[in-house]
Amino acid sequence: MIIKGGIVYDPANGIYGEEMDLFVDQGRMAEQAKGEEIDARGLLVMPGGVDAHSHIAGKKVNTGRIMRPDDSRQGTQSRTSVCRPSTGYTVPNCYAMGYRYARMGYTTAFEAATPILEARHTHEELAEIPIIDKGALTLFGSNWQVMECVRDKDLSKLAAYVAWGLRAARGYGVKIVNPGGGEAWGFGGNVKGINDTVPGFDVTPAEIIRGLAKANEMLHLPHSIHLHFNNLGKPGNYTTAIETLDLLRDIKPSRMRQIVHVTHMQFSAYGGTSWRDFESKAPVIADYFNNHNHATMDMGQLLFGSATTMTADAPLEYGNARLTHNKWSNHDIELEESSGVVPMTYFRKMLVNAVQWAIGLELALLVKDPWKILMTTDSPNGSPFVNYPEVITLLMSKPKRDAEMATLHEQVPKRTTLAGIERELDWTDIAIMTRAAPARILGLQDKGHLGTGADGDVTVYNLRPEEVDASQDHALVKKALANALYTIKGGVVVSKEGQILATPPGRTFWVDAAVPPADADRLMLDLEDKFAKYYSIQLSNYAVQDAYLPHAKAIRAGLPVEPLPEVA
Amino acid sequence: MSEATLIKDAVCSFCGCLCDDIDVEVEGGKVQRVKHACRLGSSKIMGHGRIESPMIRKEGVLVACSFQEAYDRAAQILLMANKPLMYGWASTSCEAGKKGILLAEEVGAVFDTTATVCHGPSVIGIEEKGLPGATLGQVKNRADTIVFWGCNPAEAHPRHSLRYSSNACGRFTPQGRKGRKIIVVDVRETRTAKNADKFISITPGCDYEVISALRMLVAGKGDNVPEEVGGVSKADLADLAATLKAAKFGAVFFGLGITHSRGRYKNIDNALSLVAELNQHSKFVIMPMRGHYNVGGIGQVLAWSSGYPMSVDFARGMPYFNPGETAACDLLARGDTDAAMVIAADAVSNFPRTTAQALAKIPVIQIDPYENPTTLLSEVVIPCAIAGVEAEGTAYRMDGLALRLRKMVDSGFPSDEEILIGILESVQKQRLLKANEEA
Repeated sequence: MIIKGGIVYDPANGIYGEEMDLFVDQGRMAEQAKGEEIDARGLLVMPGGVDAHSHIAGKKVNTGRIMRPDDSRQGTQSRTSVCRPSTGYTVPNCYAMGYRYARMGYTTAFEAATPILEARHTHEELAEIPIIDKGALTLFGSNWQVMECVRDKDLSKLAAYVAWGLRAARGYGVKIVNPGGGEAWGFGGNVKGINDTVPGFDVTPAEIIRGLAKANEMLHLPHSIHLHFNNLGKPGNYTTAIETLDLLRDIKPSRMRQIVHVTHMQFSAYGGTSWRDFESKAPVIADYFNNHNHATMDMGQLLFGSATTMTADAPLEYGNARLTHNKWSNHDIELEESSGVVPMTYFRKMLVNAVQWAIGLELALLVKDPWKILMTTDSPNGSPFVNYPEVITLLMSKPKRDAEMATLHEQVPKRTTLAGIERELDWTDIAIMTRAAPARILGLQDKGHLGTGADGDVTVYNLRPEEVDASQDHALVKKALANALYTIKGGVVVSKEGQILATPPGRTFWVDAAVPPADADRLMLDLEDKFAKYYSIQLSNYAVQDAYLPHAKAIRAGLPVEPLPEVA
Repeated sequence: MSEATLIKDAVCSFCGCLCDDIDVEVEGGKVQRVKHACRLGSSKIMGHGRIESPMIRKEGVLVACSFQEAYDRAAQILLMANKPLMYGWASTSCEAGKKGILLAEEVGAVFDTTATVCHGPSVIGIEEKGLPGATLGQVKNRADTIVFWGCNPAEAHPRHSLRYSSNACGRFTPQGRKGRKIIVVDVRETRTAKNADKFISITPGCDYEVISALRMLVAGKGDNVPEEVGGVSKADLADLAATLKAAKFGAVFFGLGITHSRGRYKNIDNALSLVAELNQHSKFVIMPMRGHYNVGGIGQVLAWSSGYPMSVDFARGMPYFNPGETAACDLLARGDTDAAMVIAADAVSNFPRTTAQALAKIPVIQIDPYENPTTLLSEVVIPCAIAGVEAEGTAYRMDGLALRLRKMVDSGFPSDEEILIGILESVQKQRLLKANEEA
């Protein structure tokens, strides 16, 4: 395939809006190729989008669908000769997940949180999502085995467990959510700060986070730890954020990447002592990121309208349900985690929501280096992913932001700095925040760029970057981003002007990390004991069987293997 | 296959407990012994009378035929129908369910599961209030207070108490049964009630009132509760409310006694609210006691495929869900379906009489390993391998945990999944033939 004459943004390879031809051969970017010609003359061309944090599969998402038939009824589309039917808005069915990402020009999305015990379910859904490549991050933050290794200061056993857990879950990376809080919630409690002791385990969240970060680097995992802070969603929590980030400054990365990826930062950049004097601390957080290089983040942008909150931070969800008097699902997972799901509507005229909206944008505009911040909505917590074009246009257009601000609660300019921020992101920034940076942060070598050998995932948008002024013509830009002119996945046109043309199955990435056999043997004694006494299933039935990953792509990591070449 | 083999940690595909510690001895291609399973599970795994051959009814009599003939006839029935119903799915694998949903989309069928006559009201209750739940291991390790409401696991889920609830020992519950308070609420003193610390006998049909009284007592509004509610004295209710509030970790398990008594989904809605409110005082979770081993699983598959967990109408080419309109019994009672496929369930034994009679008036395709009353009125009968014994696959436990079913012995019969693929291919072939003829 030849994609002719596009204005190409491929920041990972130092290409910032150059007119050039692209070639895809046998599913990969190539120097030369023959075959189908795509006319992209003068149009915006980028690598396929990569979403590093989105709730797309597993028990939480399905619980959202089951408890929200009202949501499922939205966005219904008929079956076609190519597509299965689509349903849902905040919690789409599996097919709609794949089609909607593809329409926007995205070709990769990572499920944000999967307990090992329930990973089989996650992979059942991932396998049903068409087109896009995917992976699932694995939850470790309230896990008994993790906490015991941390308490005993047995780092090599902890690393062995992380490797074993990733293999059992066919998981991609280490996700930590409100560390220790999931265990405390087992008896209805929570941890209040990073130095609080987790009841019954004699460890603190700070120790869990440091332990897992070190184990992550011992294993040379492609991704860093992926962290949802303690105290998330509470007024005044920016101090917890800074304290936690400071904990990790001295840890050496095993690869050329961050030590910690902080997810949905917007929910952890809050000032004030209560909802009454709630305010933005985004400038403080952005300043920290501008002055330190060990951490990256994603926005977790909130948009007005319907959302479904779903997280392993179960006490937070109980709080959401009490606050909004909305329906509440909770799911505690033996020995490992807890979680909750609560539907939510965000209102323009509600001060807290309006400030939250502004905080996400402040973060993205105040952090100077776009490689440090990804564009996400923590879908569907802040808003479903189909609204990414709205977020992108807000970042690219000051007039659009001003027009939006005028419709919000009048206090927003006093509680945030957004009104005074003139910066408008350009296409290079956007290509980094939605392609190059998520791929680099996840450690996906063949994603997010268009260099020779990269995956043949290319998006052509019906926009002329050299003519269109994104600041003024934001409505036009938004429309073009919502339905790519062409979305090419592995050299196949999967979507054209919003029409799904092909539905190849995507691959599922997982990380297979090797550890010294002696550590694995010591670990197995612990695990055999845990399964004999505490788990409600047998050890032999625990790990996800290969049958659940029909298109698996294992990435090797671990101690004895050679370090992988760094991402561009 | 003559050599004896031992299969360890097999998953029992009988009830929603999905016990996964079963040892099975196989010799000569047959299951010889089953260890650790309860009598119900063991009887299923050991096997019993089967339908021997596919059959098509000719002049009123079921006559043996080939599998392909049966697939073709089944496909023909589905294609001829304006609004076929595809019902059952509780006792087969998720893999079969996925193929079934595809077939339902293809022929524009209504897809419904046995939940419709079982925990369907629970699903509607959850749509109203959400489900504050946990995995069963969480109950085993933490629960000091357990309420069984309108369910009788001692007879329906025999290993539930030992593996997961009343008698299970865990990290924070080392004393097992001794360290727990077990409360049974029911209209009669069941075997489960005999193992309880407290049995609360309520007047049939009064669950809603009793739950409401408990909610008031938990909220500190006991002054408004009358002296007796649903046959229970106020003193007993106050006592129960105090016990629930004092729990370190409480769990409510509920069954058809509450989903199918007066109030139906409103009972569940109320119970879910009670549990949500109890979390302001103590830690509490709630869980339906799912009956068939994979009735939970088909709900999950249907939800991720269509957005809804039961009663999905694909006749419009897109999923449409409106329980009361699109549920199997409603459809049959209105005479709104003109063909049915019954798979992995026995509709005739479990449906209300008028709906079963409605089934008798339309062509029925049955896919099942065993003969049952549904066979008697079926037009096409297709025997299948038993999922979880003769075929691999996935099933979801009552707490939503997915487990891999093993294949223990070979079978001469195709799996449900293979049968559904056969019918689907026949549908596509017949449709193409017809299109060519018309052209």
